[in-house]
Amino acid sequence: MSRYAMAIDTKRCVGCTDCVVACQTENDVPVGYCRDWIVEATSGVYPELQLEIRSERCNHCSDAPCVRCCPTSASHYAEGGIVMVDHDDCIGCKACIASCPYDARYVHPEGYVDKCTFCIHRVKEGENPACVSVCPTHAMIFGDLDDKNSEISKVLQTRKHKTLIPEAGTKPNVFYLL
Amino acid sequence: MQEINITSGRMNPGVDPLLHAWGWEIPLYLFLGGVVAGILFFSAVYYLRGKANDYKAAVKIAPLFVPPLLALGLLALFLDLSHKLYFWRLYTTIRWESPMSWGAWTLLLIFPLSTAWAATFVKELYPQWDWKYEILNKLDDWLKKYRTQMAWALIFLAVILGMYTGILLSAFNARPFWNTSILGPLFLTSGLSTGTAVVLLISKNHEERKRFSKLDMALIGIELFLIIHLFMGFLASTEVHIHAAHMFLGGPYTAVFWSFVVGLGLLLPLFAEVLELKGYKIPVQIPAILVLVGGLILRFIIVDAGQSSRWLYKFIEQMYY
Repeated sequence: MSRYAMAIDTKRCVGCTDCVVACQTENDVPVGYCRDWIVEATSGVYPELQLEIRSERCNHCSDAPCVRCCPTSASHYAEGGIVMVDHDDCIGCKACIASCPYDARYVHPEGYVDKCTFCIHRVKEGENPACVSVCPTHAMIFGDLDDKNSEISKVLQTRKHKTLIPEAGTKPNVFYLL
Repeated sequence: MQEINITSGRMNPGVDPLLHAWGWEIPLYLFLGGVVAGILFFSAVYYLRGKANDYKAAVKIAPLFVPPLLALGLLALFLDLSHKLYFWRLYTTIRWESPMSWGAWTLLLIFPLSTAWAATFVKELYPQWDWKYEILNKLDDWLKKYRTQMAWALIFLAVILGMYTGILLSAFNARPFWNTSILGPLFLTSGLSTGTAVVLLISKNHEERKRFSKLDMALIGIELFLIIHLFMGFLASTEVHIHAAHMFLGGPYTAVFWSFVVGLGLLLPLFAEVLELKGYKIPVQIPAILVLVGGLILRFIIVDAGQSSRWLYKFIEQMYY
């Protein structure tokens, strides 16, 4: 069994948005939509300010509310725990969109619900997702958490990290290295 | 200071800047589902209590409105789907964890059952009625023998229908304003109350009106109690829930909720019903219509407010309020 996850180094990310463009190109994301996006969070009081840059996307949660609320099983866990939407099962009820605390989903102009797939078509070929492979600062690591020797397992053992709103109880699989 | 910006830009239609996945279709359906649940519940309960002739409007006439109301609700649901031709996929799976799945299956049961229930009363209400085909007459006679069983099934299904319309929303923990178990009972109570309002509108019997006026008063009382508990629960909960409550306690939904839903939809009809019971002459249509409109606005506000409440990116709310 594999359990795919992503680690994004907030110390390395410069917010260049290459990952966003790579995703849109790789996945034919319709114009005006995005499956991933860059957030810049500033905190503190001038002159002691802190800036955190994050590349955000579907968190491929282990306890995904979108999978739970889907009335047709169109949203499901595919191999390695990747959360996928089967377009031919999706009726477009939008329950999953409402259920996602990360607002990672949208209705594709063709009617079905769409979102980040961790580039499962590339992962199956042994490649990295498009966003990871283009990152010019190597801020993103993709891999298998069940493989103790994978780069992501090692980096999560050694670096401090967080997930987004863990209190929503979704067990996200995108980690942010601090 | 905390400041968050999405620097890559993100304007996914239907999601940004504030979630608006559901427009008018869902609240309209939730309202109609509630009305239908209310009508069927009281029709079945008073049938079982042997009041079919005393409370004719409730037991026999009101159910005739159920099939068209339910059809209208289902049409709204269908219009909301963005991948319409695949709607039948609802009926190739049963998903216990998904309230929308039970809703779909409940509707599949309640629609034919309530139609059959209403049909058995047609000949009693219109003695001249002819079903035209012998098989329909036979079916009518056969169904009449099972009214008691149908009534029990309808009570059960009506409660599920009334509750699920609230649970559908409360199951979304991503939307703090919906994420309260009060919504199930609140929508059920509001649905039953709108059901009594329909009976009040069509009943010509004084005794029946008095009974349903009293029922409505009790239901409005429960609703007010549940609304107070809704906000008490939020204010005693986490930051996002407190924030959600503040949308109604000073925030953008304050005026519309407290004046239209609580004032015009609950307190005013309650007051009118109390006065009427004391002997003042007040047309029964006034509280009944207020209750119905209040119930509709309640659904609209709750569906809208839930989509405006969130965990992440609260800066967007501040920008658009």
